[in-house]
Amino acid sequence: MELPGTRPDQDLGRHEVKTTTCYMCACRCGIRVHLRDGEVRFIEGNPDHPLNRGVLCAKGSSGIMKQYSPARLTRPLRRKAGAERGAGEFETISWDTVFDLLAERLGRIRASDPKKFALFTGRDQMQALTGLFARQFGTPNYAAHGGFCSVNMAAGMIYTIGGSFWEFGGPDLDRAKLFVMIGTAEDHHSNPLKIAISQFKRNGGKFISINPVRTGYSAIADEWVPIRPGTDGALFLALIHELIRLGLYDRDFLTQYSNAAELVNLDEGSSEYGMFVRFEVPPEEGCFDPQNKLWWDRELNRPVGTHTPGVEPRLLGEFHLADDTPVKPAFQLLKERVEAYTPEWAAGITGIPAETIRRLAHEMGITARDRKIELPIAWTDVWDNEHRTVVGNPVAFHAMRGLAAHSNGFQTIRAMSILMTLLGTIDRPGGFRHKAPFPRPIPPCAKTPNGPEGVRPDMPLDGMPLGWPADPDDLFVDAAGEPVRIDKGFSWEYPLSAHGLMHNVITNAWRGDPYRLDTLLIFMANMAWNSTMNTAEVRRMLADKDEDGEYRIPFLVVADAFHSEMTAFADLVLPDTTYLERHDVMSMLDRPISEFDGPVDSVRIPVVEPTGECKPFQEVLIELGSRLKFPAFVDKQGKRKFRDYPDFIVNYETAPGSGIGFLSGWRGRGGEKFLRGEPNPRQWEMYARNGGYYHHELPRSYQYMRNWNKGYLTWARAHGLTRYAEPINIHVYSEVLQKFRLAAQGRTDTRQPPDRLRKRVETYCDPLPFYHEPLESQLTDTRRYPLNAVTQRPMAMYHSWDSQNAWLRQIHAHNHLYIHPKTAAAAGIADGAWMWVESRWGRVRCLACHSESTEPGTVWTWNAIGKAKGAWGLAPDANESSKGFLLNHLISEELPPHDAGEHLSNSDPITGQAAWYDVRVRVYPAGPDEPAESFPQFAAMKPAPGMTTARPKWFAYVAGKFAGASGKEP
Amino acid sequence: MTQLALVIDLNVCVGCHACVTSCKQWNTSGWAGPMADFNPYGADPTGTFFNRVQTFEVGEFPHTQTVHFPKSCLHCEDPPCVPVCPTGASYKRKEDGIVLVDYDKCIGCKYCSWACPYGVRELDEAQKVMKKCTLCVDRIYDQTIPEDRRKPACVIACPTSARLFGDVHDPDSEVSVAIREAGGYALMPEWGTRPANHYLPRRRTAIRIHPDELVRADNPLTKEDVALPSADNTLEDAIM
Ligand code: SF4
Ligand code: SF4
Ligand code: SF4
Repeated sequence: MELPGTRPDQDLGRHEVKTTTCYMCACRCGIRVHLRDGEVRFIEGNPDHPLNRGVLCAKGSSGIMKQYSPARLTRPLRRKAGAERGAGEFETISWDTVFDLLAERLGRIRASDPKKFALFTGRDQMQALTGLFARQFGTPNYAAHGGFCSVNMAAGMIYTIGGSFWEFGGPDLDRAKLFVMIGTAEDHHSNPLKIAISQFKRNGGKFISINPVRTGYSAIADEWVPIRPGTDGALFLALIHELIRLGLYDRDFLTQYSNAAELVNLDEGSSEYGMFVRFEVPPEEGCFDPQNKLWWDRELNRPVGTHTPGVEPRLLGEFHLADDTPVKPAFQLLKERVEAYTPEWAAGITGIPAETIRRLAHEMGITARDRKIELPIAWTDVWDNEHRTVVGNPVAFHAMRGLAAHSNGFQTIRAMSILMTLLGTIDRPGGFRHKAPFPRPIPPCAKTPNGPEGVRPDMPLDGMPLGWPADPDDLFVDAAGEPVRIDKGFSWEYPLSAHGLMHNVITNAWRGDPYRLDTLLIFMANMAWNSTMNTAEVRRMLADKDEDGEYRIPFLVVADAFHSEMTAFADLVLPDTTYLERHDVMSMLDRPISEFDGPVDSVRIPVVEPTGECKPFQEVLIELGSRLKFPAFVDKQGKRKFRDYPDFIVNYETAPGSGIGFLSGWRGRGGEKFLRGEPNPRQWEMYARNGGYYHHELPRSYQYMRNWNKGYLTWARAHGLTRYAEPINIHVYSEVLQKFRLAAQGRTDTRQPPDRLRKRVETYCDPLPFYHEPLESQLTDTRRYPLNAVTQRPMAMYHSWDSQNAWLRQIHAHNHLYIHPKTAAAAGIADGAWMWVESRWGRVRCLACHSESTEPGTVWTWNAIGKAKGAWGLAPDANESSKGFLLNHLISEELPPHDAGEHLSNSDPITGQAAWYDVRVRVYPAGPDEPAESFPQFAAMKPAPGMTTARPKWFAYVAGKFAGASGKEP
Repeated sequence: MTQLALVIDLNVCVGCHACVTSCKQWNTSGWAGPMADFNPYGADPTGTFFNRVQTFEVGEFPHTQTVHFPKSCLHCEDPPCVPVCPTGASYKRKEDGIVLVDYDKCIGCKYCSWACPYGVRELDEAQKVMKKCTLCVDRIYDQTIPEDRRKPACVIACPTSARLFGDVHDPDSEVSVAIREAGGYALMPEWGTRPANHYLPRRRTAIRIHPDELVRADNPLTKEDVALPSADNTLEDAIM
């Protein structure tokens, strides 16, 4: 054997290094890809990249096995004539045929009724483009996966503080002294959060994890506080109760920067009941939140305009205006709201002892108050007050799907945001910090059309496909108050469904409620498996036919890089490329990768050639948009504007001459501008030269207090990041919700909800946070189904994506149901034994694993490890299908019929966020004669034409030798 | 004399497995590769890894600790695997203390893996030779790799920087300082193998609150004297 170090690695073949962006998950780390003889040799984190600073996770380090996975689709496919949908019988066709066929079909739909075409996408990172495509097509039926992921987190926080966790903001662990992580959050912000938690711990901060399960990051928490799923709201409200009781809140922050001191009209007889009292000011051009509300002056004991210099307002009390209108500051209403939410009350709901809740409140309140940070950074607020320093109260929070995926998630997240506000931690050092383009107005400006007339043949949609309703008039409903969208988004059923409800599309389209579709295009979402609730039924619906023998969903197109459970149901399969084979942008128009200190966006640049006939989905959209002559894609003569996707990225502007495009760096003819500027023909090259990202660091005085920072807001407006340079005051009290409530109560003359929904809207659209049991529990016999079942996300897998990955699947080849030993013993379930877990919707046979790090009222498993036989390039006897399982079979996409309707989504009643974690279950052992196999099972999928089928039993990847070893061009 | 080693900080390791797969991708195409996988897409896949992370629970609910424990060859100063090797395939390098295997000499007899008390040597079933962590001997001296990246693959990947790399014989090295200051320990010292790799223990931060901190004079509630004193309702009216 040659002595090690005899030859440098780069001499072992033709060596190249290329910089691009990882996409083994949605975190988007910068990577350097080393190639040997054109094959991937090593992927390392890019040390210069602001996001991951050189590190890389388990997924990112396994990119090689994704690139060369046998699950890859390599040819466009069409369901064979006469073959049943779902049988997996395909023939290969050419891209020309694909485009002819699609252009003809979609053109026909667009010319008649554009809403019959629906485009729904997974976590694609190209929502700006897919959304543009849908809008240009003219269909309202578009959304990405946010509705079944974490829209509660986005909406709950954005409607409260004007920003949210992950892409748009996060915990400033560099300066925090106390960090509280609640619920599963392992996958949202992957490497940056790991980097930050580790530094935080090394700096001596205290890390508290509140979670039913102690895995993942919770393992290294200084304190683990187990909690029952779905009860986080009760905990927050009790914490707020204790902080207010003791005066452990930041009074100055609340009065200056939130609506806590603003006076609410409490005249029962008024249509303004529950709204802020306003004095008249002439309407100001370009203003979303006129500063015409009132405080109660402490000194003079009378009402006064908010932010009157020198005035200190009351936060508590009950007052009467000159016309005798009774008013209270919003904070008084909050105090009254949390009166009954004592720690003792919360203890009974959350399972956390009352003393612990009190201590947590004290630790938060005292750390915030007594360990203040003061940075010598001068800044000016929007009211022209000069500040010599930036102050921070170093308590930081982080949460994601654990809070979000409950039907009470929106109000829970409102409560969390208000807790963060009481502590004075918004956009301040050591607390929560925004990331550009946030903060944005509450709510942000984008709106959908508000009636069916916004959908017009052969015309773009008259509004955005997704938006942020501010009042009932913004809903997307018809004259009867019924939904226009196939997923019923932005209707009275889910008024603030900012990300749509992808989880109900198939069921609604199948039932024809509100109507039937013609063509459903699904990109990169496994709706026949782990991305859907009620999996077995949804699979049936996908292939279900009418009496006349036609499919109820007439035409299904699936674009994906891999042979997933979903591709089997396609009539047309469009093979996508991997992340190493394509151009991409992480755009400011979408979800960029900004840092606390300023905007950052980035790109992918291909490092290897596309495999087989794979085509980037972006190219498919550009081609179709051009053929269908969408106004954005062709010139006045109908001639195609953009050669291809890279050309589109450079030259597309949001409006002619707007200077705003997909990429914010190196704009202007010669690349001398940023954020706004003319298209730069050499923009890609300039990104490539800079390691694939553009980072604009703001001056220090613009980096904090951005909701109220005059310099920042003016700068943001000048550079097209926001429309207004107005203060974005925190909505402790939500007038937006009150407007929906008033309508439901019939007090206002805005649009009214259908009668069946009045009660529901009135109850849940509460302007102050409140706790309610998750909807499913309310409608279920919880004595029969005493346990909660949830999933957590393994750090080494990204949803269903990585079972095809030979290295990662060795870490999680199959999953278990984790259960506390006492709970298991009571049910007679042995460690490692086969068991049943059953909800009112179905049952699943799986393997048990006893666990002391699981709250006894909870059972849980890793998300999306279980697979259908033969899917994802796996052999039919692979662990994923024989032992692995999905909890999805236990979860319904709809609530049981109740007084609000028959087919309401199993979702948050405000945002439509899928309530994955609400399901109630019971457990019992599997019988001795039952097969040692997970249940349910489905007929094995066949490999599709063009897939690699033969892989040796022994396989060893060596860069530069793969093509030979696999007998196939990679 | 130099003794290179890894020091793994269990206080920050989150069990993400980045070190596991980064090791695999570097080494399978490197000097110590290939690293074969059996049934890579079938039942019970199993392959060669030089580094694995074990996760276990300690204690009873609710006082449970979940421990992530990455483990690779510890490059013992007194490696029991070396003298038992009948062919001299297993050897410890004088210059840096790395324990290596020469695949050409290895006959796959597994004596060394029985001798290793840590269970970190794995027989590559495809090649029938013993394979294990090399401390990325083909990275750490490679002058074509930029100096700040001239470290083991697992070390540069680790998102929590839980993995420190250096010379444990140099008292001023980052690893020696960490062992000294954070109470680093070696695994199973009773075996007398003197592992070069060390682990740093969990450290727990707590917040102490004095009761008087809850009742301070500047309590903002004092600004909310809510029940406004009115002229016709004073102390005078109440005191007899
Ligand atoms: S990469 Fe680091 S944090 Fe992740 S398992 Fe390995 S040592 Fe632990
Ligand atoms: S850990 Fe085992 S294989 Fe590594 S040097 Fe020590 S005894 Fe040898
Ligand atoms: S030092 Fe190198 S060979 Fe050893 S575990 Fe780390 S990456 Fe693997």
